[in-house]
Amino acid sequence: MTAVVLSPDDVAAALRPGMTIGIGGWGSRRKPMALVRAIARAGLTGLTIVSFGGPDVGLLIAAGCVRQVVCGFVSLDTIPLEPHFRQARQQGTIELTELDEGMMHWGLLAAAQRLPFLPIRAGLGSDVLRVNPSLRTVRSPYPDGEELVAVPALTLDAALVHMNRADAGGNGQYLGPDPYFDDLFCLAADRAYLSCERIVPTAALLQGGPAQSLLINRAMVHGVAETPNGAHFTSCPPDYARDEEFQKQYAAAANDPAAWLSFSERFLQVADELGYQQAVREFTASQGAGAP
Amino acid sequence: MSEEPTLAEVCIVACAEAWRGDGAILASPMGLIPALGARLARLTFEPDLLVTDGEALLMAPDGQTTEGWLPYRDVLRLVATGRRHMMMGAAQLDRYGNQNISCIGPWDRPRAQLLGVRGAPGNTVNHPVSYWIPRHSPRVLTERVDMVCGVGYDRAARLTGRSAGFHELRVVVTSKAVLDFATPDHRMRLRSVHPGHRVEAIAELTGFELTVPADVPPTRPPTAHELELIRERLDPRGLRDRELG
Repeated sequence: MTAVVLSPDDVAAALRPGMTIGIGGWGSRRKPMALVRAIARAGLTGLTIVSFGGPDVGLLIAAGCVRQVVCGFVSLDTIPLEPHFRQARQQGTIELTELDEGMMHWGLLAAAQRLPFLPIRAGLGSDVLRVNPSLRTVRSPYPDGEELVAVPALTLDAALVHMNRADAGGNGQYLGPDPYFDDLFCLAADRAYLSCERIVPTAALLQGGPAQSLLINRAMVHGVAETPNGAHFTSCPPDYARDEEFQKQYAAAANDPAAWLSFSERFLQVADELGYQQAVREFTASQGAGAP
Repeated sequence: MSEEPTLAEVCIVACAEAWRGDGAILASPMGLIPALGARLARLTFEPDLLVTDGEALLMAPDGQTTEGWLPYRDVLRLVATGRRHMMMGAAQLDRYGNQNISCIGPWDRPRAQLLGVRGAPGNTVNHPVSYWIPRHSPRVLTERVDMVCGVGYDRAARLTGRSAGFHELRVVVTSKAVLDFATPDHRMRLRSVHPGHRVEAIAELTGFELTVPADVPPTRPPTAHELELIRERLDPRGLRDRELG
């Protein structure tokens, strides 16, 4: 298929409560935050989120969208622990499927290749098998007879990823140093939605980076949204670094219910992504002026 | 270098020693002192080690030149090949080297949620792993860990096939001592004591019964050349003391 151009709110409207949604990026790096914010505004509930987790997971938990998280970690990188995830775990308000990072990779690969599982060594001997009683091991059918963990396919209803550039048809390009697992998330999903810093004419893609930076092709994507600064406050090199000041504000607010209420009013209960970006500009300007 | 080495500098050299003999594999240090240790090892006795910039690039020994590309997907592939020796942290570590970075308390509803298992289960059954404990205390070096992320020797002994052979916990470097697993059943053993610390005090600060040989040597002090590299080249801003508790 060839993708259609959508707004972040259109993407959220295409999703349904209870879906399993995979989110690209890693930690607090190149997360499709504009799409995440649209889901939070839309108030989708009961979601299962599969992620190399960062503020995407935290924000959706805070907005009451999440029933279950499938991950190996949730971190803001420069702030090691994600406060919303932490609280939700400690208060028992979300379910967790805790997997090793390699198992996450293998589960997405299995889903992308329409395999029921893939064998991996990771997990053997660890409590990952204890806390996931449905996980099974398999024995090699060859003479070695080795026992391995059978990582089940992490099949997704939808995937959300953020690229530096894309064309209107859904060809996506990353220009930073790491593709993370974004192509796999798209391939593991029934429907994939790509946000990007800028939609450019197809012919302009190779002016920005080499052919191998074209990580996503239009057979993998159903919708494209142009969301400048759309990974904010996570990093999106070379377009921008992580907004550490804003992330600090986010984490501080997340640790205090009253502060979170005002953070949420200011940044999340806005009309749309443009409203968020306007609120961020005002925040940044106030920081620059030395205001509180 | 006339000044005596600091504790941080002793720890950096002890971390560097963990990678001795490893050759051309990826050294993955978690934390500043292990990172300085890996870079020190490469500048001195282990020049073939591969080290990243903390992101997706492999950096040549000059610290400036990019020599390769290693995004997360390729780190995970490298893990499975065994060509890596990682030095991880631990919120809890028991006598067999079972490590926890996931959560404290019952997993169903933890008292404290930490990072999550990350790659620790896969790392420990695929390639050598060491640990860096910046605060040697019975809370960290404890009788039982709440969630086994990194696999210890007692559990590795029950692995079958090749997995058992891939498991190796090399050393545990703490703020007071170097520990290893060179005992008949791989219980943790006191290998050396950092200058200024006593064997008895270290045993008391360890939450399980530590195997203490009759003769415990002092941890090797940095050479003059190593001190110069640490102070003038690797950490001229002196950030290394901040990691010790």
